[in-house]
Amino acid sequence: MRNKFSGRLSWGILAAAVCMCLYGAAAGQAEDVFIKAIRICMECIGLG
Amino acid sequence: MGKKSLSLGRLRKVVQIISGIAANGYIKGFLPGNPMIYEGPLKHFCLPGMNCYSCPGALGACPIGALQAALNARDRDFPFYVLGYLIAAGVIAGRFICGWLCLFGLLQELLYKIPGPKLKIPEKADRVLRYVKYLVLLVLVIGLPLFYRDGSGGGLPFFCQYLCPVGTLEGGVPLVLLNSTLRPALGWLFRWKMLVLILCLVSCIFIYRPFCKYLCPLGAFYGFMQKISLVRIRVDEDSCTNCGACAGACGMKVDPRKFPDSAECIRCGACMDKCPEKAISFRIRR
Repeated sequence: MRNKFSGRLSWGILAAAVCMCLYGAAAGQAEDVFIKAIRICMECIGLG
Repeated sequence: MGKKSLSLGRLRKVVQIISGIAANGYIKGFLPGNPMIYEGPLKHFCLPGMNCYSCPGALGACPIGALQAALNARDRDFPFYVLGYLIAAGVIAGRFICGWLCLFGLLQELLYKIPGPKLKIPEKADRVLRYVKYLVLLVLVIGLPLFYRDGSGGGLPFFCQYLCPVGTLEGGVPLVLLNSTLRPALGWLFRWKMLVLILCLVSCIFIYRPFCKYLCPLGAFYGFMQKISLVRIRVDEDSCTNCGACAGACGMKVDPRKFPDSAECIRCGACMDKCPEKAISFRIRR
């Protein structure tokens, strides 16, 4: 019973996380990640 | 039976190598004199493990770097995209990602294979030190990027800037070696980060995966998700003879009989290889 509940909880949280991801992408947040990731991050590599 | 148990460890090594190469497969970035990093559409997506997005070969974004960038942006919104990604990855695989898909994890394991005395951290100290990674996540990855603002109103990626040895190894060192124009920018920060990197790599020779155990904020995040992650391990109580071979084989010092969903278990499968009764196996939660 407990396993069944935790299994459903996991799948429910996964569905919510996918929705968050899709909403974020639609709001332009994937583009923000892209813009950050295509530039050499000087602070990140210790050159700041 | 012996052949089967060996194959899981070997399979994991193959998966680790392939995933490391796949995540950093932009060969052009490693050509001398080429300052460019990959700028293609794959960088819209985060990689599952710690992997600096300033690595010349990186084909995806670092989830921890992306989270800090989302939190310290001037016009920040709630980071739906990155947080949703991290939660999804954590629910699907948890720390299986650390054990099977992280290149820095593989490097630490290879360094631990160097023969020599291995350090046994006293149990009490080890237990306390393992909480440090949660502190790193809460303070350096979330708290300071969220609340600290410099004169221009922007924030800083504190973890990347002051601690992350992965960024120094995968980003800083190759970029400085390949690109002479970056060398005049080297200062105290680079020296500090090199010191952190060297300490981290040297400690890997004596301690199994010290960065994963004590410092990695991504491991801390996935550890939170471990209890609900779909990938889990199951100990068949009918077959288990309580010989303790599984606990003895675990580099992360987890006893899978008592804590199969421990936040410290990286799902490496060493316990499965070692179990003489084959009582431990991977399961998908339904």
